[in-house]
Amino acid sequence: MTTLLNINGQNVAVEAAPDTPLLWVLRDELELTGAKYGCGVGQCGACTVHLNGDAIRSCQAPIGSVVGAKITTIEGLGGLHPLQAAWIAADVPQCGYCQSGQIMSAAALLAKTPNPTDADIDAAMTGNICRCGCYQRVRAAIKAAAAQRPAQAVAA
Amino acid sequence: MNAPVKSVPEPTRREMMVIAAAAAGGSLLIGCSPADVLSLGADSHFGPFGPFLRISPDGAVTVVSKHIEFGQGNHAGLAAIVTEELDADWSKVSVVQAEANAKVYQNIGLGAQGTGGSSAISNSWDQLRKVGAAGRTMFVTAAAARWGVPTGEITVKDSVVSHPSGKQAGFGELVADAAKIIPPQNPTPKDPRAFTLIGTDRVRRKDARAKSTGKAHYTQDVHKPRMLTAMVAHSPRFGGKVAGFDATAARKIPGVVDVFQIPTGVAVTAENTWAARQGRDALIVTWSDDKAEKRGSDEILASYHDLAAGKAQPADKIKWQTFEARGAARPPSGGKVIEAAYDFPYLSHAPMEPMNCVAEIGDGDPKITTGSQIPTVDQLNTALIVGCLPGAVKIDTLFAGGSFGRRANFKSDYVTECVHIAKHVGGGRPVKLVWTREDDMTGGYYRPLTHHAVRVAVGEDGFPVHWRHRVVAQSIMKGAPIGGGKLDESAVEGAMGSPYLKATPNVDGQVFFPDSPVTVLWWRSVGATHTAFVMEHTIDQLARAAGQDPVAYRRALYAKAGADRHLAVLNLLVDKAGPVTPGWSRGVAVHESFGTVVAQAAEVKLEGGTPRVGRVVTAIDCGLAVSPDQIAAQMEGGTCLGLSAALYGQITLKDGLVQQRNFDGYRVLRMNEAPHVETYILPSMNHPSGVGEPGTPVIAPAVANALLALTGKPTASLPFVKT
Repeated sequence: MTTLLNINGQNVAVEAAPDTPLLWVLRDELELTGAKYGCGVGQCGACTVHLNGDAIRSCQAPIGSVVGAKITTIEGLGGLHPLQAAWIAADVPQCGYCQSGQIMSAAALLAKTPNPTDADIDAAMTGNICRCGCYQRVRAAIKAAAAQRPAQAVAA
Repeated sequence: MNAPVKSVPEPTRREMMVIAAAAAGGSLLIGCSPADVLSLGADSHFGPFGPFLRISPDGAVTVVSKHIEFGQGNHAGLAAIVTEELDADWSKVSVVQAEANAKVYQNIGLGAQGTGGSSAISNSWDQLRKVGAAGRTMFVTAAAARWGVPTGEITVKDSVVSHPSGKQAGFGELVADAAKIIPPQNPTPKDPRAFTLIGTDRVRRKDARAKSTGKAHYTQDVHKPRMLTAMVAHSPRFGGKVAGFDATAARKIPGVVDVFQIPTGVAVTAENTWAARQGRDALIVTWSDDKAEKRGSDEILASYHDLAAGKAQPADKIKWQTFEARGAARPPSGGKVIEAAYDFPYLSHAPMEPMNCVAEIGDGDPKITTGSQIPTVDQLNTALIVGCLPGAVKIDTLFAGGSFGRRANFKSDYVTECVHIAKHVGGGRPVKLVWTREDDMTGGYYRPLTHHAVRVAVGEDGFPVHWRHRVVAQSIMKGAPIGGGKLDESAVEGAMGSPYLKATPNVDGQVFFPDSPVTVLWWRSVGATHTAFVMEHTIDQLARAAGQDPVAYRRALYAKAGADRHLAVLNLLVDKAGPVTPGWSRGVAVHESFGTVVAQAAEVKLEGGTPRVGRVVTAIDCGLAVSPDQIAAQMEGGTCLGLSAALYGQITLKDGLVQQRNFDGYRVLRMNEAPHVETYILPSMNHPSGVGEPGTPVIAPAVANALLALTGKPTASLPFVKT
């Protein structure tokens, strides 16, 4: 069965049942492997992508439910996002597996809240587990990126 | 990859016996070099700079890492060692993962290729300094010959070779000449005081960009032509076997290709991951539990209590073993006695990337693609299934999404599972085995459930005169093919050899290893995950009983034990920690593991009965600091993993069934609960020691000690938060 999706600004036709989670269509059919499988139950945030600018867990989104929406993955974040530059500058990643999800959650946060407080960061990022324990550097990198006023880049 | 297909070299009968003996346990050391045996069938060719260094005509420097990178930052440190001695331009240095080769890429000290025991930097230190120094000598020699000047007049900086006459050339210009120079066997490395890269914050991760852009490549991301994805239904009880299965519904799932039994369960192969998952979940499997563990973890723990208390006698053939004994075994009569008993649950490693592997088994050399932590063992176990020489097994080691010990498994559990499936599929068709989070969490290889019972008699000065210590835990090393000894020290390390025991004139330390089908494994910092807690929390209780300040009490014991490094680290900690933040309670703990001493001061308060951890000050002596920022990162991350386990971590069994299946049941630390960790490194010129694990075990006792100071109540079991 063919489903038409809009991913990273492009319309793509995928052959999968409508109840297939978006995560597996991205990873297996489109080979966009930035979003990761970590739990499959919306607990860890490794699969986070944007749906019309909101951070969502793609493992919990059947493709039938996202037809017509603008889906953005880490591959479509555009150039080197200020968050990504801040991530690199702070050497945030360790194993790196959760970082696409962390960055997508943080990008959605900054798009709406350009100068987040610690409480804003907690609220936006608590759904993203990092077993390596990079939280302190994630927080610092979000603040560093926010200080550079990334709103324009986020909108791009 | 484009090499012509060749037949798998058949092992001789003797080789197969050696390999089987090695895999079966006991030892690899059976009359011949294990690396030689395990390399049999290997076919490697290296360039003029040897197996660890490549330099291309454009001057780009590539360091080959024999160690896997799964977060601990060793690739940065290993590359920095070579770069420093080579005097290369750090910005032009990249790192690639070595192939599997037990001889060339062995972990010195392990006798096999593998990453663990916080040893990547320490075992590579001398080796890679020589690699870099030899490369530098080759460039200097080549330049001297080209320019007709003495080698002693030539300098090298940032990949540029110079002579005072004004002549200079980059590595790229000279590499063709340098490649013709015979590498010196024993080049002289630099005086560490002349280091310009090592020990500076210029040593940064080489993978941060790839890992911040979604481009880093993990086993989960592998796509190959014709690849099948497999999932396996495993026994819900440890030790259970397949009695029968009905695949009718599974086979009706679109995309499911085949269903068949393998030694560890029932495998479903499919065209993609989602189909494999649906197919696997549609299987109806009946299990034979004759030999399975059917007890609950409460019952298992109660049996440990009975053993430690002498209420139950050990089963036949299993005996108590002494790990430390000195002076009188019997405690003195009379005097003050402090008793404490502690329970530690099974822990799942739960790395972010669940277990997975890609295998291609056909007529050519077997090929494995996975985050292989001990490639030599994975080669060995694969060879036994395929019937080839271990060295013929090619392993493409990718980044792994964490491990924390889980991927260092003597049974190669998920690797061999994938090999069995790929062998059944045949034809060299790639098969990607994917474990779900639930498979991973219920699949065992946990930090062992552990009980400690401590009884300390103290003298009139408040210091221990007799220390009786009992430990009950399943053995991790039972059946291990490498590193095994008479006593499985992994259960007692950290208690055994503790400065507190050294400072005690009479010690009676014993350990008992009960058996169970539940599979257990090392979990980041291994024995220290519980021994650090027991020793450090007991010391605070002893200090309180003696009416002494816990820091002063420790200092006195370190002086008695001659534990100079512990004392220096504690002093650095106290200096950097300063006064306690108002409204918070502070606890201190100090522990040595993997040759590194870490001290932490944790500030804690109770919020609705749950400990909240704020500022954590860390002092560390890890010898010469190669990459200070990565050391800090390991302290930050290790603290989070340790705190996660201390606050919430527990795997429990009910009727033998694991009760936690995903992150909803197995709660882990999240952003809003993460402490802020400050790291201070004790300056040192000693041989570097590990940092991957030693940051993990100290936080739990530091928090317990802060709670003891706050509430007056000791903590007798982890996790702090019971659910």
